[in-house]
Amino acid sequence: MAVDSIKPLSWDRPTINLLAGDRLHLNHGPIDLIIKAEGERTDVEAAYAAAVDRFQTVLSELVQELPQLRQPLGETIPEIRGVVGQRMVQACWPYRRDFITPMAAVAGSVADEMNATMLASSPKLQTLFINNGGDIALFVAKGAQLRIGLIADISAGVPEGSILVNPESGIGGVATSGWRGRSFSRGIADAVTVLARTAAEADAAATIIANAVDVVSPHIQRSPAHSLDIDSDLGGIAVTTDVDQLQKNEVENALSSGESIARVLLQSSQIQAYFIALQGRYRLSESVDLRKNISP
Amino acid sequence: MTSALIERSAKFGAAEGDDGIIRCDACPVLCRIRPGRSGACARYANQDGLLIRTDPVVLLEQAAMNGQALIPFAERADDWDGSLLNPSQTFVTGIGAGTTYPDYKPAPFIVGQQHNGVDTVTVVTEGIFSYCGVKVKIDTDRHLGPETAAVRCQGEQVGHVTTAEYGSQMLSLGGVRHLTGGSKKEGNVTCDTMLKLCNGEAVELTIDNGHSVVVQAGAAPIVDGVVEKRMRVGCGSATVGIFAKQWLGHVDEVIVVDDHITGVLTEHQAGRVLNMRPAGIRVKGRKSTPGRYFQVASPGMGWGGTDISDPLAIILKIDPEVAWPGLRLLMTSTTGEDAIWCIFDDNLVPVPQEMPLEVRRVVDRIGENCEPSVCTVLFMAGAGGSLRAGVTENPVLLTRSVQEGTAKVTLGGAPAMLWPGGGITVMVDVLRLPKKAFGYVPTPALVAPIEFILPRDLYIQSGGHVDQIVSIDNVIENYGKAARVDQQASQNPWPLTP
Repeated sequence: MAVDSIKPLSWDRPTINLLAGDRLHLNHGPIDLIIKAEGERTDVEAAYAAAVDRFQTVLSELVQELPQLRQPLGETIPEIRGVVGQRMVQACWPYRRDFITPMAAVAGSVADEMNATMLASSPKLQTLFINNGGDIALFVAKGAQLRIGLIADISAGVPEGSILVNPESGIGGVATSGWRGRSFSRGIADAVTVLARTAAEADAAATIIANAVDVVSPHIQRSPAHSLDIDSDLGGIAVTTDVDQLQKNEVENALSSGESIARVLLQSSQIQAYFIALQGRYRLSESVDLRKNISP
Repeated sequence: MTSALIERSAKFGAAEGDDGIIRCDACPVLCRIRPGRSGACARYANQDGLLIRTDPVVLLEQAAMNGQALIPFAERADDWDGSLLNPSQTFVTGIGAGTTYPDYKPAPFIVGQQHNGVDTVTVVTEGIFSYCGVKVKIDTDRHLGPETAAVRCQGEQVGHVTTAEYGSQMLSLGGVRHLTGGSKKEGNVTCDTMLKLCNGEAVELTIDNGHSVVVQAGAAPIVDGVVEKRMRVGCGSATVGIFAKQWLGHVDEVIVVDDHITGVLTEHQAGRVLNMRPAGIRVKGRKSTPGRYFQVASPGMGWGGTDISDPLAIILKIDPEVAWPGLRLLMTSTTGEDAIWCIFDDNLVPVPQEMPLEVRRVVDRIGENCEPSVCTVLFMAGAGGSLRAGVTENPVLLTRSVQEGTAKVTLGGAPAMLWPGGGITVMVDVLRLPKKAFGYVPTPALVAPIEFILPRDLYIQSGGHVDQIVSIDNVIENYGKAARVDQQASQNPWPLTP
């Protein structure tokens, strides 16, 4: 599809703003990035300039291959030209036995791409994070550390705990998934936060775990994805639209179902840590030091 | 639906198929959006077949003055992008301006513009009000519930019954104790209740040991499913006083049943002045002054805000030495909605009869003199520390300027009543703000537009963020396209006029 020929002149351009606290805000359509780099002034400026430059075409690259990227992964690796699209396919590939499309990792992949671009331009940065609507790519140089806030409920948006990341932790990405978030979920988790090597890997894993946090209950409302969004990559698959107060055992069963998948991913080192929240109850891996008042 | 909205929708999107789907052309993703849903960015949505911005800044356009012909905005279809807005007649409201929470939102506007030759700065933001409440005035004499009783929505306490005022019952809803001082559910329901009331939606409330009432700003209250029509013309005593002369010659006694003060015409000063013959009817309750009785019955849903449906039940005794067969008695409520006409028989028992026309006319006049019952909703909030810091670096100077009146506060361009005393605590009639002016954050707290307007010199002296001032022309150029442009409400003074 020759998308560029439709109405290019009326499209919103990417917007670039510098926010308080020396953060860079890049927005284009559904991509909304908050970027913060720390280090020598010249390194930070070069990194921001590289980010702005790279950002000009990220959305249009994705859009050109959107139909393919919305197809479920199967036997063969789809041929994708765009670098971001390739990151998406790579991150989702391990989960192809279940239903998954590369779109499960789109937010994380964009963050990773910006991360890689900025570090290539300024390798001496001390810390860097690219927050794409809650899916975060991050970099921490030797001797530096970053503290990541943790939310238990996406709709509340208030950090209830935090995780310290340093170079030794092997963490380059954080992603959160849940039925209240921006994308549809087949499960009922309020939030599944995953830490992994890259944001794309965290994004794909969080999606898979959040889908698994589920239970059969009359208190859950679901609708076919395409009845809500005609172009959804999930097609006719039922996605969660509302969750009432669940019975105690329903909450525990749903959490256990999600956690069993999370444990497998942790053991195979596909993820480094997880945190699963549902209606005030939590499950989390021992691999991460949670600083605040979170008790499982 | 205005033609401008349709034009704008057509420019950014196109209808697809028969299911009301709109393809959004705002960015290359080209989302196909079903009715009631938003696109992938969550900023464009399909509302009733129109593509709308979900978070537009609202610009107010000044209504034409001095008899100048008014060009309705909607008819200038080519102008919806704001490019033809006259900078001197445009006011940037806080609606959709954004806040610093969560802090990825763009910084609020600090707009400089001239008004009548004076350089003015308007600091525009959306405030997050953890400290806020809603004061509701319900025009009714019916008993809604005892004072201090809990007011609930979906079973959660969201406020309480406060004083009964003239012809009305006041409710006090929200406040920090219900928002964040109770359970999470209590806070969320309170926030949702206030949000709906502030945005002009109807909310059903129940009162402990009382009744249910549907409240909507500007609409009649619905008490236990019955739409309230009239405010009483006055208390029972006042009603007697107003209409005594018109009844003279047609009646021998009038009793105006009222939960507050029931009036008895021949005993009342009004009857005495007219030399009316005492009728010997003693009503129940406690006598206040001649012809005025408190507590003739209990409060309720019956006549005049009492619990009675048979008005004769309030008659304690009839003095056989004073009353006489054939005595003509009118009993009416304070709104004229309930009335009964009786003639005493030979045993001095009041017997209901058809009301004569001349008496009916006066009863109808009571009704004509009652104003329609409406609910009014005032939003009340305090602009605390952090919000002021977005305005100046020395917040107390802003507080003092507002208290002195040199800096003006508006909410969405609507005039605000400033409470005297400490802090910046304001009240505003929610119907004077543009539509959908209020939002919320899950804290829970309400988000409301707030604008501080002050002379540029004063802004600089107050430690204002001078380097952040942008010109109104600049705002129109950069945001006019995405902005929602509303005509300023005619009952509001132009915000920039001191």
